[in-house]
Amino acid sequence: MSVVEIKDVTKRFGETTALQGIGLDIEESEFVSLIGPSGCGKSTLLRIIGDLIQPTSGSAFVNGKPARQARIDRDYGIVFQDAVLYDWRTVAKNIALPLELARWDRRRRTAKVKEMLDLVELGGFESHHPWQLSGGMQQRVSIARALSFDPPLLLMDEPFGALDEMTRERLNMELLRIWEASGSTVVFVTHSISEAVFLSTRVVVMSPRPGRISDVIPIDLPQPRTALTREEPRFFELVTQVREALHLGHESDRAAVAPA
Amino acid sequence: MTTAPTAVQPVPRGGMARLVGRRLVDWLPAAIVLVGMTGLWEALTRAFHVQDFLLPKPSAIASTFWSTRSELWSAGWFTFQEALGGFVLGCGFAILVAIVLARWRVLGSAFMPYAIAANAIPIIAFAPITNTWFSPLDKSSKISIVAVLCFFPVLVNTLRGLTSVNPRAIELMESYAAGQVQIFRRVRIPAALPFIFTGLKVATVLAMIGAVVGEYFGGALNALGVQILTRARVADFREAWAGIMLACLLGIALYLAVSAVERLTLRWVPSTSE
Repeated sequence: MSVVEIKDVTKRFGETTALQGIGLDIEESEFVSLIGPSGCGKSTLLRIIGDLIQPTSGSAFVNGKPARQARIDRDYGIVFQDAVLYDWRTVAKNIALPLELARWDRRRRTAKVKEMLDLVELGGFESHHPWQLSGGMQQRVSIARALSFDPPLLLMDEPFGALDEMTRERLNMELLRIWEASGSTVVFVTHSISEAVFLSTRVVVMSPRPGRISDVIPIDLPQPRTALTREEPRFFELVTQVREALHLGHESDRAAVAPA
Repeated sequence: MTTAPTAVQPVPRGGMARLVGRRLVDWLPAAIVLVGMTGLWEALTRAFHVQDFLLPKPSAIASTFWSTRSELWSAGWFTFQEALGGFVLGCGFAILVAIVLARWRVLGSAFMPYAIAANAIPIIAFAPITNTWFSPLDKSSKISIVAVLCFFPVLVNTLRGLTSVNPRAIELMESYAAGQVQIFRRVRIPAALPFIFTGLKVATVLAMIGAVVGEYFGGALNALGVQILTRARVADFREAWAGIMLACLLGIALYLAVSAVERLTLRWVPSTSE
């Protein structure tokens, strides 16, 4: 059974068609990146999977259920570009928030928070407030919070987009380690070609106006990926392949709008 | 939500220092200005033989304050109760209304323009009217004008706080299948607290003004505003000034009390814990 199933999804915002006839299946334990230029609807597609916005037509399923039911069942965790930590809560209480909403008792919450802090290597920071952390640390708290209730699906909307290159690469490694440890399925929106290739088992290339899937590229780099993966010839081939697919999508877009 | 500071900063500590917000050394310049201004006032009124009806000497006001202290305190306490009663009533109601208007946006867009307009009009002008609603001798007449005065700034600020939450923070709560009650309790209200306190601090100032000015239009003999007015009318200017000083001190006390609660409540805001 597919973890995510998108059937002929179209989304319009007024006159603008953000997504046109999207179909996509994502299997269990896959790491799928959605990549494309601004305005290709990749974040919109992620929000439709999460039932945070509704498609104009078509439907999305998560774990075989309509997206709305999956959201109510807390089948996914989500991470945004900004960490969206609640300033009035300490690090530990931020991570515990979804657990409180799911009515876990205090003892279970405390144990789980500790486990998550260890997972993202932030032990000792539980009673810090978000403003006392660096951007990278905040994003790690945000990931810990998204994974705290063991959702089978993790949705990530450019989670490392605001971070510097060094921090981004380190968090990429950390994310892969967490993904392997948790066995969850990840849908990852990004602008970065090398990030998409490095992380993913599959890269979905999207193009704008109207937002659509222009190519799907399987990434056959061996697991587990390491810092050396970025230096393999196959890595560069795949990066080139994704880049060409992106440009192709962009050119057909230009051809479509250019006067004949 | 968080404006990504890059460095790990030390957690500020301290009990009283946090409550007062500054160390004694930080208060020193302000204390020097106070002493200097009072000294200048004293010197000028002495040097130019300024008459009491224009401006009494601070030393004269202070000694009058001391010699009439029991009378003053009882008048001050009477008026302070009106101010506090109206403050609690007006602010409490304002916060409740703001929550309703934030929850049902249609109501918000229908009523908000009037709340903003009401915030800009001199509500104190209605004081003679509330005196006729209730007996002028009754505290309710002043409590009601104070409540109306406090209502609008707290309403406007609270509503702004409740509705200017990062949309991602709300989406995140929705992703956890949180309902509206949980979103308000755990996100909108905590996020609005700094705005609410801004409104409350404006309201503390208005509360004392409302109570005292309300009493100028008629009130119990034992009310501070009435005392100030009658003392000024019979040319007891030192006693009038002593009453005004007490009104100032009570207003400042209410403001500081709300500030202290703010500091204790908003320890998570960097600017209040520094």
